[in-house]
Amino acid sequence: MITIQHLHKKFGKNEVLKGIDLHFDQPGIIAVLGPNGSGKTTLIKCLLGMVLPDSGCICLDGENISGKWTYRERLSYLPQIARFPENLTPRELFSMVKDLRQSPASNEELIRLFDLQPHLDKRLSNLSGGTRQKINLVLAFMYDTPYLILDEPTAGLDPVAMLHLKELIWREKQRGKTILITTHIMGFVEDMADEIIFLLEGTIHFRGGLRTLKEQFKEPTLEKAIASMMLQQKGKAIAVKDMEPMAMPTASPLPADN
Amino acid sequence: MYKILKYSFSDLIRSRWTFVYAGFYLIFTLALLWLSNDLSKVTITLMNVVLVLVPLIATMFGIMYYYNSREFTELLLAQPIKRTSIFLGQYLGVALSLTASLLVGVGVPFILYGIFLSGEIFNFSTVLLMGIFLSFIFSAIAFFIALKNENRIRGFGIGILVWLLLAVVYDGLFLLLLAVFSDYPIDDFAMGASMLNPIDLSRILILLKLDISALMGYTGAVFQKFFGGPMGMLVAFSTLLAWIMVPVWRIRRVASKKDF
Repeated sequence: MITIQHLHKKFGKNEVLKGIDLHFDQPGIIAVLGPNGSGKTTLIKCLLGMVLPDSGCICLDGENISGKWTYRERLSYLPQIARFPENLTPRELFSMVKDLRQSPASNEELIRLFDLQPHLDKRLSNLSGGTRQKINLVLAFMYDTPYLILDEPTAGLDPVAMLHLKELIWREKQRGKTILITTHIMGFVEDMADEIIFLLEGTIHFRGGLRTLKEQFKEPTLEKAIASMMLQQKGKAIAVKDMEPMAMPTASPLPADN
Repeated sequence: MYKILKYSFSDLIRSRWTFVYAGFYLIFTLALLWLSNDLSKVTITLMNVVLVLVPLIATMFGIMYYYNSREFTELLLAQPIKRTSIFLGQYLGVALSLTASLLVGVGVPFILYGIFLSGEIFNFSTVLLMGIFLSFIFSAIAFFIALKNENRIRGFGIGILVWLLLAVVYDGLFLLLLAVFSDYPIDDFAMGASMLNPIDLSRILILLKLDISALMGYTGAVFQKFFGGPMGMLVAFSTLLAWIMVPVWRIRRVASKKDF
């Protein structure tokens, strides 16, 4: 159970989060969407205690996380940018994180799944972006924690790895975990998400299921629904209506909605 | 914290810079011992180098390590580890690896030379002890500066400035004041002022140990009277400890309030 109340955060003059209220008590996959700079990563980092909110509070399973650190044993986090100590090898990195966390980890299967064996003894600085992202994924999925936070998990992955990632996320969902995902790939959201949270300029603009979102904005696809929500926000709703006749012929009549 | 310390230390002890630093001391000390047979002269030369070089290297090394391990830090912050222990662990890793370099680089040549059989052993250990204090003090200051400044150039700039102030400018001003006000009783002021700079304080403690405080004239005599006694020693070492504790306390505070 995660409860977020009146969360505010400013970076200098830039007000990133303007009063976020959220409550999750059901396991499932929650997609946090929003344009760049809407506060998605800041919200996630607040949850992890990496960014300290100016006001408001976050409770995890009823415990206020402010100033605490043990609650992170119940969280797994996939950072947006895979940044590692460059002079280590993946093998050393895995054993280091295991040593630091001191809880049972299963990374062998994940290493096999993502075909990482040939890279285990290379220096991290010599690995490609996609491979680093896979290592990042192994680090995030190797712990059996009730909460999973994935910040842009799809970045740089090839189609095969993407498929494995989806399977992994589904498997974790079956285990009754709460999974928070931010992404810009709408197809991924349509396939995976049980619930969508749309952030815009630091406030929550929409929360609900996929179908509700599409119905509310009368759009056939999630991508268009999100786009029209963003444009509406800028007071350009009319412009979207004008664009529609041009876009409509290519769009097939709502297969994803059924 | 001990795990972070362990990783930072083992990471640093394998780093090229640690070897360069230790190697420099090794070659320098060997050369000094080879060129001169007078151990006390070697100790004094060594003191002058240690008092300038240790603060500089500790400052630069500390700042460099903090910036270079940003990735490691970010990885750690998402793990169930207390924030302050991440930064204190890293700080101690830096300070201890610097200390190890100093001890190996300076200690090995002296041991080979047979310092244990010589009466100079106490003077020599005073120099080493001050080197260790200065390593801890300046790497703490370095970590504080780096934590405060996201911008690397700014961080390094401030670091160099602080070193320049404490190692060079402070002494100049101090001597100038002593010269200008030499007709007035400013011993208390001089003593207080020397306490405010860890490098000066270390130098005074070493010089007193070397028994050449006469070179410092009347002020030297005053210092000898104060720092020579048990009370003075206590005050001096407490001040050196405070020079470690205050930056460490600041590191804890900044680290627990910073956004990453």
